[in-house]
Amino acid sequence: MCGIVGLFLKTERYRSELGRLTAVMLHEMRERGPDSAGFAVYDEIGGGQTRISVLAEGSQPDWGQTVKALEPVLNAEVLVRPIRDHAVFETSGDGRLARQWLIDNLPGVEVLSYGKQIELYKSVGDPDLVATRYDLATRTGTHAIAHTRMATESAITTNGSHPFATGADTCLVHNGSLSNHNQWRERLVQRGESFQTENDSEVAAGYLAWRLREGDTIHDALERALVDLDGFYTFAIGIENGFAILRDPISCKPAVVAETDDWVAMSSEYRAIAQLPDVDHAEIFEPEPGRVYTWSLAA
Amino acid sequence: MSDVIDLSEVSLRELNTQLHQATSGHFVVRNPRGAHAVAAGISADLTIEIDGSVGYYCGGMNQLGTVRIDGNAGTGLAENIMSGMVRLSGSATMSAGATGCGGLLVIEGDAGARCGISMKGVDIVVGGNVGHMSAFMAQTGNLVVLGDAEHDLGDSIYEANLFVRGDVSSLGSDCVQKEMRPEHVGALTSLLDAAGMTASTDDFTRYGSARYLYNFHVDDIDAELREEEGA
Repeated sequence: MCGIVGLFLKTERYRSELGRLTAVMLHEMRERGPDSAGFAVYDEIGGGQTRISVLAEGSQPDWGQTVKALEPVLNAEVLVRPIRDHAVFETSGDGRLARQWLIDNLPGVEVLSYGKQIELYKSVGDPDLVATRYDLATRTGTHAIAHTRMATESAITTNGSHPFATGADTCLVHNGSLSNHNQWRERLVQRGESFQTENDSEVAAGYLAWRLREGDTIHDALERALVDLDGFYTFAIGIENGFAILRDPISCKPAVVAETDDWVAMSSEYRAIAQLPDVDHAEIFEPEPGRVYTWSLAA
Repeated sequence: MSDVIDLSEVSLRELNTQLHQATSGHFVVRNPRGAHAVAAGISADLTIEIDGSVGYYCGGMNQLGTVRIDGNAGTGLAENIMSGMVRLSGSATMSAGATGCGGLLVIEGDAGARCGISMKGVDIVVGGNVGHMSAFMAQTGNLVVLGDAEHDLGDSIYEANLFVRGDVSSLGSDCVQKEMRPEHVGALTSLLDAAGMTASTDDFTRYGSARYLYNFHVDDIDAELREEEGA
C-alpha cells in the first residue's frame, strides 16, 4: 500500500502553516502506511546556503569532528544542527561534494538530501510520532512531500522509508514498485549517481536527479521516465521551486489532486485533502494515467 | 422527517450500525470528508443522502437502499451492489460498480479506470467519461456512457451491453461494435429514463462480446508458436 501526501503553496498565505497542514494530511494517511514515515520540507533560508540532511541510525557520530573534517574538503564554513538521530549541516560549500564525502567517510550515516531549500527526515514507527519527533508541525516553507509506508517487499527499516533524494533539492515519494530498477541503478551509477539503499524508489529519485543535472526540465525528465521506468507507480516529486506528479499508464495506485488559488494538494486519498482550508472551493481531479503534471513558483 | 448524522460527531461504525439496524427511513449524512465505507452494507429500503465527498466502497453491497452522494467518490463506489440505487453528483475514481450484481449506479460526472470491472448484472449510467479498461471481464448488465471511453473498453468481456455516445479510444480484446437492435434501443431508453439523463439513443453505439475467447482455439496455439519462432 503506502500513502502519499504533497502540498505546494502557490501564494504566501499558508506558508507559515506548511508543516501543520502537512502533518494533518500525513495523519490521514497513517492507515495506508503504519510502519514508517518521512517528509521533506522546502524552505529557502537565503544567503545561498546549502543544507545537507543526514541520518545516523546507530550510535551518533561526533558531529563536531565531522564538521572539522568536512570544512577543508568544502573550503567553506560548516554548521551542524543535530535533531535526535538526524543532523542538518549548513554550508556555503558544494552540496553534492559534501554528500559524497559524507557517504564515503561516515559509514553508518545516510545522507537523506541536500539543496538550498530542502530538509528531509524519516524514521520507522507511527507516522504521527515521526511527525512529532522531527517537529513537522512548526515548519514553514513553500512545499512539502510526505509518505507513510506499509512495507510489502522488504523489511521495515528507516532506509527503506521515503522520501528519497539523491540530487540537489530533488526528492520523490512513491506508491508502487518498479521492475527494472536494478538495471537502472547500474546505468545511473555509470552516469555518476550514487545510491545508499537497495530500494527501487531511490533509483527513481536518482533517475530524476540525473536528468535534471543533464539539463532536462522536470516535465521532460518525467516524460522520459514514462518510457524508461517500468512498473507500478504514483510519484509525487519536489524540486527547487516546483512540484510534480506522475502515474504510470495503468494507474493501479491511487491519486487525487485538489487546487485552489493558494495551494495544490495531492494525496493517495481524498480524506487527506478534506482537512485543508478552503477545500470546498477547490478544483478536484484524478491525475490521468501517463500524464505529467507540474507546478512551479513564479521566479 | 429525516435523521441527520454528522460524521464529525459520531464514528463511522456508529453510523453504519444505525443504518444496518433501520428497516425504513430517510437519513442525511454530513461531513463524510472522504471516509471509507460510508453507508456500505445497506439491506433495507432506506434513503441515505450524503452531503460531501466519500472515500472507498461507499454504498458497497447495497441491497434495496437508495444512496445519493453530493460530491465525489473514491475507489469501489457501489462495489458489489445487489439492488437499489447509488447516485453520485460528482466524479468517481477507480472500479466504480465493480462486480455489481444488480441495481442501478448513476455517476453524473466521470468515472475513472475499470468502471464496471467484472460486472454481473448491475446497470451503470455515467454522465461523463469512463477511464481505461472499463467493463473489464463484464459478465452481464449494462454500461451506458454519455461521454467518451478510454482505452481497452470491454477487455475480455463475456456478455453485458456497453452503450457509448462519445469516442472509444480503443476496444479491449474480444470486444466489438454491435448492431443496435430495437430491444437495445428500448433497454437504453429505459436506462436513460431511470438515470434521469437526457440523450438521444441514436447517438449511441453498442459494444459487446465477439465471444471468440469463449472457446479454446487450436489455431491460437499455432499463432503463439509462430511468434516464439519469430516468424
